[in-house]
Amino acid sequence: MELNSKIPDGPIAEKWTNYKFDRKLVNPANRRKYDIIVVGTGLAGGAAAATLGEQGYNVKAFTFHDSPRRAHSIAAQGGINAAKNYKGDGDSIYRLFYDTVKGGDFRAREANVYRLAEESVNIIDQATAQGVPFAREYGGLLDNRSFGGAQVSRTFYARGQTGQQLLLGVYSQLARQIGLGNVALYNRTELIDVVVVDGEAAGIVVRDLLTGEVTSHSAHAVVLATGGYSNVFFLSTNAMNCNVTAAWRAHRRGAAFANPCYTQIHPTCIPQSDEFQSKLTLMSESLRNDGRIWAPKSPDDNRPADQIPEDDRDYYLERRYPSFGNLAPRDVASRAALVEVSAGKGVGPLKNGVYLDFSDAINRLGEKVIEERYGNLFEMYERITDESPYKVPMRIYPAPHYTMGGLWVDYELMTTVPGLYATGEANFSDHGANRLGASALMQGLADGYFVLPNTISNYLAPKLGTTPIPTDHPEFQAAEAAANERFSGYLSIGGTRSPDHFHHELGQIMLTQCGMERTKEGLTQALADIPALHAEFKKDLRVTGDGESTNQTLEKAGRVDDFFELAQAMCLDALTREESCGGHFRAEHQTEEGEAQRDDEHFAHVAAWEWTGDPGKPIRNTEPLTFDNVHLAVRSYK
Amino acid sequence: MTELNLTLKVWRQAGPDAPGSFDTIEAKGINDEMSFLEMLDIVNERLINDGKEAIVFDHDCREGICGTCSLMINGQAHGPQKGTATCQLHMRKFHDGQEIVIEPWRATAFPIVKDLMVDRSAFDRIVESGGFITAETGGASDANLTPIPKPVADAAMDAAACIGCGACVAACPNSAANLFTSAKVSHLNLLPQGQAERYSRVEAMVDTMEEFFGSCTNHGECQEACPKEISIDFIALMNKDYLKSKFKNRRMLSRR
Repeated sequence: MELNSKIPDGPIAEKWTNYKFDRKLVNPANRRKYDIIVVGTGLAGGAAAATLGEQGYNVKAFTFHDSPRRAHSIAAQGGINAAKNYKGDGDSIYRLFYDTVKGGDFRAREANVYRLAEESVNIIDQATAQGVPFAREYGGLLDNRSFGGAQVSRTFYARGQTGQQLLLGVYSQLARQIGLGNVALYNRTELIDVVVVDGEAAGIVVRDLLTGEVTSHSAHAVVLATGGYSNVFFLSTNAMNCNVTAAWRAHRRGAAFANPCYTQIHPTCIPQSDEFQSKLTLMSESLRNDGRIWAPKSPDDNRPADQIPEDDRDYYLERRYPSFGNLAPRDVASRAALVEVSAGKGVGPLKNGVYLDFSDAINRLGEKVIEERYGNLFEMYERITDESPYKVPMRIYPAPHYTMGGLWVDYELMTTVPGLYATGEANFSDHGANRLGASALMQGLADGYFVLPNTISNYLAPKLGTTPIPTDHPEFQAAEAAANERFSGYLSIGGTRSPDHFHHELGQIMLTQCGMERTKEGLTQALADIPALHAEFKKDLRVTGDGESTNQTLEKAGRVDDFFELAQAMCLDALTREESCGGHFRAEHQTEEGEAQRDDEHFAHVAAWEWTGDPGKPIRNTEPLTFDNVHLAVRSYK
Repeated sequence: MTELNLTLKVWRQAGPDAPGSFDTIEAKGINDEMSFLEMLDIVNERLINDGKEAIVFDHDCREGICGTCSLMINGQAHGPQKGTATCQLHMRKFHDGQEIVIEPWRATAFPIVKDLMVDRSAFDRIVESGGFITAETGGASDANLTPIPKPVADAAMDAAACIGCGACVAACPNSAANLFTSAKVSHLNLLPQGQAERYSRVEAMVDTMEEFFGSCTNHGECQEACPKEISIDFIALMNKDYLKSKFKNRRMLSRR
């Protein structure tokens, strides 16, 4: 498989401008002659569908939700980065670029990241024009806060609901295009397969979640904006319905899957309270601006937090990383918490958390200021735990949150299947081995509003005058038949265990062996255990109900089936990447102080896995990464 | 941790046109640290183990922000805890031995899909008719060009916090959607960016709302049920703008 990243020539700051001039355009009057399918209506998909609709293309947008406004982008709390430098504290496009490459532990493509930093400023303008109510200063100008991995204040926010407000902005623009008839929306409709004809994306096969009916849709190009795969861990901060199916089905049709082992464990989630829990709730990283993280110095200290004197507390992030302190990047903060809890210093009834303490900030700023900044997060915490963070420190623990890996895309966001694009969290491109806080919203919107709508014309322009492959083409018919067979298959197994049961077991394997810390031994074990469990799934699955009406058990079965195959790719990727970088921490590769140890000589590359038909034996292709601007260095937050 | 033994009366309905009825399901040994939906997850696992069909209910983020979850719990939209969506309601709000009646949202504009799942797409129709600022990608000026006084931005944010769950409609004796629509209208109508389309927006959205939903008679149940505690003051703002829009609509004048 050839991996041509198609990075434009020229100095880093001119690549995107040069590209935009050199690419082929489609004349406004001709755009209505093109059909484009967009799957997913979160920030990346909704923004792309709305923008392509505005430009005049015929767009079909698909979501498994009842409304585009439900996409999981809505749950992002803290904020969105942009190199506006409104605070005059030394920010610039170059600094955001630099921080993101460094934060990603030098495993991202420089040219993509620079473009992301360039477009970040336009996102804030665009969202403001749409009416996104960003937080403001008393003078009426936009407010900023700081986030992990940066020493400038560049994060824009809307209370603790930034993702919600940005998604409502996207949704409003998409709704406008739907109302105008430029975008046709298919809700409660799930992608089941991607159809490739003569080596190019021809369309998709979908299942109506209300009737079970399987249908095909064809177009000149297909865009997947279907999010990440953290739910492979069963317990994660993702919404319950997030899944890898769309990306995985594309992978099985020829799209390479890049760096599946790069998963982010978010440091500030509410610890699990019982074994049946199915979802972990995130507390925004922005809390680390004012909260201080600590654990008792002694593992035997069972006193309540307020009775533990200063001298018996270990503010371990401030101690280990004095210059970034509580704002150390997510991977660093998560691993540090793991170290404390593994040493038996965990707090809470299950000793599975550390403290995030606001008492200093409340004494310094007053409760009112803290309420203004984090009121809704504190309320959310209290609803879940029945404890008030104004009175007792929050308990937090890391949880799977975001996946930096995803479908391999070139500079144009096209996968290895021509005409098939991937945007947002579904692709792998911009965050390297670790994503900085407030960068996911930035990437989703940059891809959706500004990158994809510019790059897609380069593929479409030469197709002028062609019509999409008709959906009665044998490839579509075969894919539809396979989809029908697949779902009737789940119903007919008649075993004894539910999809959730298998998902829970798979999650246990993944958390233990492919979570925050990975070893050769553990990964090898997982690679034996996962196919064995998958085989049991195929023999012993029980799905009740039928396939002709809404059946959430059946939907779940299809998603878990795909998670099994993805899990193997993740473990293989983690096993072959013999280094530690960002969210990928191999216990064998660490410094004497327990920090991640990269191996730039052998692993400064992207691993893009190619489907072979056997989920245990994909082919590993590599795309070398070069760093001409940000020089490879040991990441230090000390 | 306390264990609760509960009796659930759950609305089961096979499809939009099928007749529905209450199913009595025992839910024993429920940990009170669980969320309400985790309790339903366990009930569903047990149903599947018994070879029965799981209860269909809408849910997704489980952190009170996506607005997918619904449920009338003992006659209250989103259950007994104020300002809380069903997914964030915890079992500690219930007591051992309690009977819990679980129903879908009941409103003509929200037809039942199956069991506890309803179709809320009428909300999308309202937004599509005018719930936006026309701002095509690429044409925006610098975000700090127009200062917006903090109280104005805060008020817009208060309205924009709506999660579109439909509790307001379910709680309203008239099945009116005025709280939802007014939150959508006010978010944009309060902001300087929203002024150009202020009156056409409110007119289009209110007219679309009335195609689907009942009329508001100021009961205030919506505000009580709203998981985001959105104020009915926004309904007053919407009505004020709607009235003005009827006078301002010069387009119609020449045609009468």
